[in-house]
Amino acid sequence: MKSKVIVATTINGDDVEFLCEPRQSLLEVLRDVLGLTGAKEGCNNGNCGACNVLLDGVLVNSCLVLGVEAEGRTIETVEGLAAGGELHPLQQKFLEHAALQCGICTPGFLLAAKALLDHNPDPTEGEVRHWLAGNLCRCTGYDKIVRAVLDAADAG
Amino acid sequence: MTTPASPYKVIGSRPLRPDGVDKVTGRAIYGADVRLPGMLYGKVLRSPHAHARIVAIDVSAALALRGVRAVVTAQDMPTIGDKIADLGESTVNLRYTSNNLLAHDKVLYYGHAVAAVAAENIHIAEEALALIKVEYAVLPHVLDGKAAMAPDAPILLDDLRTNELGKRGDRPTNVAEHFRHQRGDLAKGFAEADVIVERTFHTATVHQGYIEPQNATALWNEDDQVLVWCSTQGAFSVQEQLAELLQIPISRVTVTPTEIGGGFGGKINVYLEPLAALLSRKAGHRPVKLVMTRAEVLAATGPTSGSHIRVKMGARRDGVITAAEAELIYEAGAYPGSPVGAGSGVIFAPYRLDNVQVDGYDVVVNRPKAAAYRAPGGTNAVFAAETVVDELAEKLSLDPIDFRLRNAVREGDRRVDGPEYKRIGFIETLEAARNHPHYTAPLTGKHRGRGVAAGFWFNWGGKSSATATVNADGAVNLIEGSTDIGGSRASIAMQLAETLGIPYEDIRPQVAGTASVGYNDVTGGSRTTFGTGWAVYEVGNKLLAEMRQRAAEYWDAPVESVTVANGVFTHNGDAMTFRELASKLDVPVTASASVHPQSYGPGFGVHIVDVEVDVETGKVSILRYTAAQDVGRAIHPSYVEGQLQGGAAQGIGWALNEEYVYDDQGRLLNASLLDYRMPTALDLPMIDTVLVEVHNPGHPYGVRGVGEVPIVPPAAAVANAIYHAIGVRMTELPMSPARIIAAIEKSRSGLG
Repeated sequence: MKSKVIVATTINGDDVEFLCEPRQSLLEVLRDVLGLTGAKEGCNNGNCGACNVLLDGVLVNSCLVLGVEAEGRTIETVEGLAAGGELHPLQQKFLEHAALQCGICTPGFLLAAKALLDHNPDPTEGEVRHWLAGNLCRCTGYDKIVRAVLDAADAG
Repeated sequence: MTTPASPYKVIGSRPLRPDGVDKVTGRAIYGADVRLPGMLYGKVLRSPHAHARIVAIDVSAALALRGVRAVVTAQDMPTIGDKIADLGESTVNLRYTSNNLLAHDKVLYYGHAVAAVAAENIHIAEEALALIKVEYAVLPHVLDGKAAMAPDAPILLDDLRTNELGKRGDRPTNVAEHFRHQRGDLAKGFAEADVIVERTFHTATVHQGYIEPQNATALWNEDDQVLVWCSTQGAFSVQEQLAELLQIPISRVTVTPTEIGGGFGGKINVYLEPLAALLSRKAGHRPVKLVMTRAEVLAATGPTSGSHIRVKMGARRDGVITAAEAELIYEAGAYPGSPVGAGSGVIFAPYRLDNVQVDGYDVVVNRPKAAAYRAPGGTNAVFAAETVVDELAEKLSLDPIDFRLRNAVREGDRRVDGPEYKRIGFIETLEAARNHPHYTAPLTGKHRGRGVAAGFWFNWGGKSSATATVNADGAVNLIEGSTDIGGSRASIAMQLAETLGIPYEDIRPQVAGTASVGYNDVTGGSRTTFGTGWAVYEVGNKLLAEMRQRAAEYWDAPVESVTVANGVFTHNGDAMTFRELASKLDVPVTASASVHPQSYGPGFGVHIVDVEVDVETGKVSILRYTAAQDVGRAIHPSYVEGQLQGGAAQGIGWALNEEYVYDDQGRLLNASLLDYRMPTALDLPMIDTVLVEVHNPGHPYGVRGVGEVPIVPPAAAVANAIYHAIGVRMTELPMSPARIIAAIEKSRSGLG
């Protein structure tokens, strides 16, 4: 009996087909099937945001999406953020502001921040904090992350 | 930043971290990202009971499941005798560690590992767990340290006897140790006091809360070489623990550290590495990867001790503290080894005390075995002591910082647990806090208050090794063995660049494993920038000496006639840069150094916080936060600030929200990041920092550790702010909404 489904999707601009079991999450597919390990698993139940990706431009926890739900959709992961050989302004500002210590939450924060700036290019500090409240960081106290996002907004 | 003029070019600047691009592009390989050919996936079966005897385990149905390759239980572990291992931030008895890895005869807490499975994929491994039949005889359990000390309490470890002030007890007990530090005459000191304050405190069990769960991938080769990849604070510590626990020669174990997603002390003890190795051997020498779920992380790793603490202090009207007494009862979890020793050293460390006594008790309870957590034991102790100090200042009508200044330790004073202070910066830090605009800013509005608290941490030196090689293009490859949790590649590379007199960008640091670099202690104890920084200083000086020799050979001159400064070699009017000389080398230049410096300098922090209390809901909001700290010398100020900010945030979580909640059967109820509530960006303001640079004369560049001090003061500072906001002294952590409301009601009814 066949246990897997074939799924056709677009990831970081590339057409991708993969096989997955219906019970596998998108996070598991990205990491274990496709080798895109930039999305991290911190909790596997939507509490920490380390697995954030954009699905048709909407910020989602990829641990809460099934792999089969990617059929016909467009996915952006941290691996696709830097385009044309240049870091995305958010990536650059995170580095300049020392907005990461261990770095495990960073891919999720970058995608959450990108979704914010796509939607609101000039957020206040309060809006940044509210928007990023779904992403946990245990190292930085968020100060430098919030500053990096505000600075990236100014630069954009 | 309070900074004297710097003689340095690289130190004190803020370059980008060498591993930065990999970490913002998702390219960096963390433990769970490791993938080997033929790799199997494992899962661990855990106890559903807080305390039970294991009557029988039947793994036959699990082994029969298609795709299952191996199952291991405690029977697969070698028998380990008592042996104490020093892990840097804590010591452990390896027999207990072995029993903690896989329960031998009893399970001692909810989540205690019982068996492990390796299968073709994670879902099959999960299905297999459900097929393992474990028969338990459930025993009465005890979760609370004080309750565990009662004569009729359930006994966890039949062979445990109290080490009572150095003498071994003769009865079964849950009290592993009672020790005492003492100086002067307490009765005389309290008799001299005009004001005495005594309070008892309770703090909940809390977790380190790193975002990356524990993980390990192991391959037990046919030739008995054991290869391990994992995220750990110390590859050499994992190597040592594996050799002891699996009873194999240490030279057969190779540990390669991956990037690590936070540790805070919690990624020093091994949990999964030995299981992955045993599974690999049993599964026909295929590699096995184990990754914990978040629920496993919370139920079975870390945490740090809950505690009961009594503090009594007396002071004269002129503001001099005359006596201080404390009793600390720390819950060790299922096996001895709480951080009560460190807590007892920290509790009165900031003050000059002639009459002082501290009693510590290490007590086992049916909770996960405590692991190190950032300044282990410090936050609990200081929450108690600094609340009492605040109350003394209030009763004496003294400014709380002035009161602390009047009693502050300085060079030559002695801590109650023995050591004499060398050059320290507590007074400078108190003054910096008092001079910060935050301290005198008006704070108006209902139910708002400002609190301050001080904190101390010992810091540590440890052993470090490093190796560097000069490339033909003049850049220097640096191999270090300190895993980089918060930017230490940068702070280490900066010290090597400074020593060599070459640009920071010309240093290419790499973190290597046990096969590639000399011994390194864990990244912990706030030691890495200090100790590994010292190692690369030695490496740098050796490289310069060798390069000077090569320059002399090139110029055909005696080496004494060649001078080197700022990366330029000169002789008789001729000059050559480091880079030019590097391009002329025909024999490579390499240098290594291993150091074990003892002259680490302790650190002090003073935190100021403004809060607002919603007296209807009990919610406490942090309005403003400032952390001042003696940081020695800030090699990379951004990452030093980050340590202060991150430590303060963790301390705020400990103060306001975080706690383990168990049901009446001893089962953990909140093993998720929704219910174990850590601070989010929305819960915090910007966190101001003041870096007070009182250089450590015991380091070539004046470095002191900075990572741990900042988690010590926050709980006390927040508690003091809450008092000044609503007039209620909080004596329990966390100061969650329910506890705030209860304390307000108790105070209104006149019972507070």
